[in-house]
Amino acid sequence: MTTATAQRGAARVKGRPWSLSRSAVNGALVLATAYTLLPLAWLLTAAAKNTGDLLGGRTLTPSTWHLGANLHALATAGDGIYFRWYVNSLLYAGIGALLCALVCVCAGYAFHVYSFPGKEKLFGLVLLGVLVPTTALALPMYLLASKLGVVNTFWAVFVPSLVNPFGVYLARVFCAGYVPGEVLEAARMDGAGELRTFWSVGLRMVMPGLVTVFLFQFTAIWNNFFLPLVMLSDNRLFPLSLGLYSWNTQTHAFPEYYPLVVTGSLLGIVPLVIAFVALQRHWKAGLTAGSVK
Amino acid sequence: MTPTAPTATRTASAAPSRTAAAVRRRRYGAPAVLLAPFFVLFTGATLVPVGYAVYLSLYAEHRSGLGFGGSETVFTGLGNYTRALGDAAFRGGFLNLAQYCLLYIPLMMILALVLALLLDSALVKARRFFQLALFLPHAVPGTIATLVWIYLYTPGISPVIGALDSLGTHADLLGHPLPAVVNMAVWEWTGYNMVIFFAALQAIPREVLEAAVVDGAGPLRTALSVKIPLIRSSLAVVGLFTVIGSLQLFTEPMILHGTTPSVVSTWSPNMYAYTAAFERHDYGLAAASSVLLALAAAALSFVVTRATRARGEDRPQPATEAAA
Repeated sequence: MTTATAQRGAARVKGRPWSLSRSAVNGALVLATAYTLLPLAWLLTAAAKNTGDLLGGRTLTPSTWHLGANLHALATAGDGIYFRWYVNSLLYAGIGALLCALVCVCAGYAFHVYSFPGKEKLFGLVLLGVLVPTTALALPMYLLASKLGVVNTFWAVFVPSLVNPFGVYLARVFCAGYVPGEVLEAARMDGAGELRTFWSVGLRMVMPGLVTVFLFQFTAIWNNFFLPLVMLSDNRLFPLSLGLYSWNTQTHAFPEYYPLVVTGSLLGIVPLVIAFVALQRHWKAGLTAGSVK
Repeated sequence: MTPTAPTATRTASAAPSRTAAAVRRRRYGAPAVLLAPFFVLFTGATLVPVGYAVYLSLYAEHRSGLGFGGSETVFTGLGNYTRALGDAAFRGGFLNLAQYCLLYIPLMMILALVLALLLDSALVKARRFFQLALFLPHAVPGTIATLVWIYLYTPGISPVIGALDSLGTHADLLGHPLPAVVNMAVWEWTGYNMVIFFAALQAIPREVLEAAVVDGAGPLRTALSVKIPLIRSSLAVVGLFTVIGSLQLFTEPMILHGTTPSVVSTWSPNMYAYTAAFERHDYGLAAASSVLLALAAAALSFVVTRATRARGEDRPQPATEAAA
């Protein structure tokens, strides 16, 4: 390594890359990519196997292609409970993330545009909220919810997912980037009220920030496991993550659940992969805004 | 984003030149309305549960007589805390967690940094493909990632174990929870953090790097003495969030617990709290262990922020300021 560096140092002036290190760099990246993609490739093939082929570790051939049968089993198991979980997850994550993003952008915008006494102290409280481990909150939340009588309801999982202090931080950073004070002044000159200015001018300008916070929260809610596990006992209210978990705990006694878990897992990844590939620009901007500065 | 940040203060300082109550109403009414939804939810779903957890941790349920007379709630002070700390299972959970952090955090951070530096080098083909492919595991929900890896650890199902067996080496990851869980976490988080580091590397002004080249630094030297110091703040933020996230370890060992007896129901502190609450119905003990975990997170975050800030103050900040 060091001799190679020395040689590079000597020959560098021309700035020509070396074929050896080029293949080393790309080789290392190919290796890392294999590590990230192979489990997903396995999932893809496993979803097309039936119980016997899956547990026997047999490789996939066209004659052992059972994807259709697995999808059918998935749709009919427990009266189609799987797709109920799917819809639940879409509702929890879709509506929850949309409301959360709106709430965060409102707060972030207020922190960016206005000055009022105690503002930075209040913002400090929000930042402190980022540090509170969410799993440490799940248990007291469950006990509070049971006092309020809302345990095992949609709301017990939905309402806590509307809160994301990091989203407020992100929204403030985005407002600083996208909402110039001059434009707001102009809107005020035209006689628009403050909330009107926010709704028709500020919110429009900070839309990329809203999409970013939405995407982050959508992932967080879709991935959430602890809170639903604690709050829900009625399996018709389960999100996908909890539903698949409950099926997996039964695989010891009923091996025919294996293909259901595998095929269900594959379908469960699809919305997030689509969202991430489609919104690449946004999550990259969000990661950058959150961490580089 | 950095160059436009001053608008915040400009808007704020332009406003006081206006007069009268309308301005006052604007400046307190509108922000109150905009902040209210978040703070109502924040209070309900964060501040109150934190307070309630602390309150619960100070009380214990005492069953009177033979358990027929119901139970009464008794103030026990720090009794639940001493019970938790005195429990070998709780300490064992913290020990597992400490080992997990010591193994996972450096491994993941170094891998993510090296991959970001490789991607940032001029030698890479198909940069966008690599970036997306390495990030992809993050798009997989944690529960599903755990299930997939458990199947890949299971003899009979896993092609990896099968291949290793045919080579004569027997890998038993289900019997060794620590490497099993570390591998899952590395798989899920390396690409995500790599993207953050890569974005930070791309933000380094080209002149700085050209200056390093003119000074005779090779790629390795440039990476070690120029690039890494310049993205130190990203390293710090990622480190902070990784520490907070790691302490919450729950999903992976919890699902493993349902699969293999080698992961006990109190394997991580979060699992201990869960078990205390839902199997032993000992809410005081569960709350106390949650609070202890939150305190550990706060203490570690404080140390991480302090350490990086102290170093950050010494370091010259030519890059962004000079270039802007």
